Amino acid sequence: MLNLPILRWGCPYTSLEQDTVVHFITGETLARVSRANTGLIGRDMREAGRARQVLTEIPIPELIAMMKAAADRYLNDTLPMGDGEQSPEDFARQQSASTGLPEHMCRANMKKNHFVLSSMDKILEALTRGLDLKILSRGFGVEHRGLMVSYQTQAPVLGLVLPSNSPGVHTLWLTVIPMQVGLVLKPGPQEPWTPYRMAAAFFEAGVPREAISIYPGLGDVGAEVVRHTNRSMIFGGTATVEHYKGDRRVQVHGPGFSKILLGDDVVDQWEKYLDMMVDSVFANSGRGCINCSGIWASRHTREIATALAERLGPVAPTPPEDPESSLAAFTVPGTAGAIWTQIESRLAEPGAEDMTARFGPRLVEKEHCGYVRPTVIHCDSPEPELANTEYMFPFVSVVRCPQEKMLQKIGSTLVCSAVTHDKEWQRKLIDAPQIDRLNIGAIPTIKLDWLQPHEGNIVEFLFRPRAFQAALEAVAV
Amino acid sequence: MKTTAAGLKFAARLQEAKARLDAHVREVIEWHFSPETGCPFWLEFASKLAWSPRNEIRCFEDLKKFPPFEDEWLRGGPVRRWVPKGLAGQPIYIFETGGTTGVPKSRVAMQDFRIDYEMFSETLPDEYFPRGANWLMLGPSGPRRLRLGVEHLCQYRGGICFCIDLDPRWVIKLIKRGRTQELEIYKAHVIEQAITVLNAGHDIRCLFTTPKLLEALAEELEKQGTSVKGMGITGIFAGGTEFTPQYTRFAMEELLGEGVYMTPTYGNTLMGLAGSKPVSAEDGYKITYYAPQPRAVIEVVSFDDCNRVVGYGETGRVRLTTLTRETFIPGFLERDEGEREPPYEKYPWDGISGVRPFRQFAATTTVGVY
Repeated sequence: MLNLPILRWGCPYTSLEQDTVVHFITGETLARVSRANTGLIGRDMREAGRARQVLTEIPIPELIAMMKAAADRYLNDTLPMGDGEQSPEDFARQQSASTGLPEHMCRANMKKNHFVLSSMDKILEALTRGLDLKILSRGFGVEHRGLMVSYQTQAPVLGLVLPSNSPGVHTLWLTVIPMQVGLVLKPGPQEPWTPYRMAAAFFEAGVPREAISIYPGLGDVGAEVVRHTNRSMIFGGTATVEHYKGDRRVQVHGPGFSKILLGDDVVDQWEKYLDMMVDSVFANSGRGCINCSGIWASRHTREIATALAERLGPVAPTPPEDPESSLAAFTVPGTAGAIWTQIESRLAEPGAEDMTARFGPRLVEKEHCGYVRPTVIHCDSPEPELANTEYMFPFVSVVRCPQEKMLQKIGSTLVCSAVTHDKEWQRKLIDAPQIDRLNIGAIPTIKLDWLQPHEGNIVEFLFRPRAFQAALEAVAV
Repeated sequence: MKTTAAGLKFAARLQEAKARLDAHVREVIEWHFSPETGCPFWLEFASKLAWSPRNEIRCFEDLKKFPPFEDEWLRGGPVRRWVPKGLAGQPIYIFETGGTTGVPKSRVAMQDFRIDYEMFSETLPDEYFPRGANWLMLGPSGPRRLRLGVEHLCQYRGGICFCIDLDPRWVIKLIKRGRTQELEIYKAHVIEQAITVLNAGHDIRCLFTTPKLLEALAEELEKQGTSVKGMGITGIFAGGTEFTPQYTRFAMEELLGEGVYMTPTYGNTLMGLAGSKPVSAEDGYKITYYAPQPRAVIEVVSFDDCNRVVGYGETGRVRLTTLTRETFIPGFLERDEGEREPPYEKYPWDGISGVRPFRQFAATTTVGVY
């Protein structure tokens, strides 16, 4: 068992209160994690400026090199972890044991993080649109077009309130340190592993310890991180999204409601896209906001739902160490049952039908955890509530809706894969403000291009372009 | 095992305290159930019982003969049904608890709050709470006992109490509605008032406040280049919401530092004030409270059987019994839980540590600044 302390600008601090992280099958305690009290954050944030200062003393190319070194250490090395150490295998096992995600998926997520860290130069070049990175350090400079530009940092640190259920989200904050901005991390209660392991890899690679704080704790700690950082990223449900709506200091990542739209011009050949639909719904056990939760078409929806149900309906839970395991467990007691109860009550609405019912019960309750097996719902219109719902397991509604009504009805959509050759409709899709990431063609919703922004550009979130003129020959920096 | 002299002496003190409690119970029962001195509520209650409290309640344990006290009985009027005939004609205060939505619970009072705070005063070290020093009451105002209690405590010790306005019901509404920004504005408004008073030359040395407000006050003072200690505060009486050992350690090590004494308390409108055993780093900042026996008794009882006191160190729900001439409340199940602690020298009766919201209510309980 590991004891994980709070990290206060890199310094370990053991709280008098601890939370335990337990194995979802055996109930074994995997770690005791120090619980921060909110006051610690207020005190420490007085020193937030120091985090940026120590990072600006290191040129960005050097920080990028550190990220590349950290990538390898994160993926391959045994790293210090609290009062012990952790090998890459330990990491995958522990992450799986507390989050319920099968071990091979945890290993796949490690590779994703490794890829992002290793490709940091290309990712920053893409996100800054080729900006000379010295301009971010200095705050101003002359661009290759000969124009004076200035980018002003909006916060010395980025606060992150991280989730427990989707280790994939960590890729979103890996670009922050090389932009010379510090990190204030509040890990998800079941997933302290990535923040601690990543911090250990960063420190081993030479990132100054003063640049990173980690505050595990309850909900009040997350709120305090948001309160004390001028820029923060928070992951949560619809209520969290609503709560922080309009607060420009906060970038909220909520449910994605990602969708596949089949155009009238291709829908008669829907079988051609079945694999792409299955991948979009099922990859990573349907946990991500980029997993597809809605497939919309004007006709053949019942056939599509039937075919998806035949592919996904028989899937059943297997042990997390099984390399073929494809279903994640809900490790918080009662969660799986509550989700299924909600789905069942919504199925009472006319127009919604569970197409996977004939493959046996969806809810599987175990001693310390629960599963909900893949579920395919057919909706004969966009009206039933289940037509636009997202759950943290492979769940999809196949919705019948005329093409000309789709953009009115789909609502907020993080990833939209629109399969169509209809140029006029493509134009409307491109202009639709409710769609964030748009794929035109048979591209699975889960296929990300790391060189493109996700739910807003992190560079624009952390740096504000502004006017800057200098009359002096040499300005201060 | 050999019994030491000190051990024998302590055992005698335990017995004395128990005998004193039993005698106090008999006296209070006689008072509340006598037609000459009792209150209408208990007289009517007794008339429906098949047994006589005056005859059958001879010791504290006998109070279990009463059915569990229902907190609904404290809501709504006429509130005079709680006024003992023996105290008729005295000026009556009404103190409320809860009430963010719906009818609050209320308790009538005449002198109890003064007596409780005078008793508490004896636990305060004069070095940090100097006699004659002025106080700031930075806590909930309105229909709350705490506001008058702290002011009386200050006056009793010879000082003048400065107060600010704070409406905890509004705070809880803001939290429930997710109005974080408004909440911050309100908190800033309260802290601004406090700092204005502290800066106004009143020579304030002592403070009552809640854990969250202490944190906010310290944070704001530091922004202004000073500190709680820098403002001349030497003694802090803190309470109102849950105190954890980690918070206490943080407050002592980082918010206050050497030279400022903080005493956590556990109290409410019904009980009065439970003081704490002195908190120290050596003891892991553990906070153990002891009720002001015999005027109030805290028991830690089983979650399944409220008449069964749990073993020492075991967790249970707080059951409170109030035994004063003004108020008799037997076996009131509080919305808190904690661990039962053994008696100690200063308080030769059971205590409680780790007080926190009762797990069954915790998810629905909103804790505000108060």
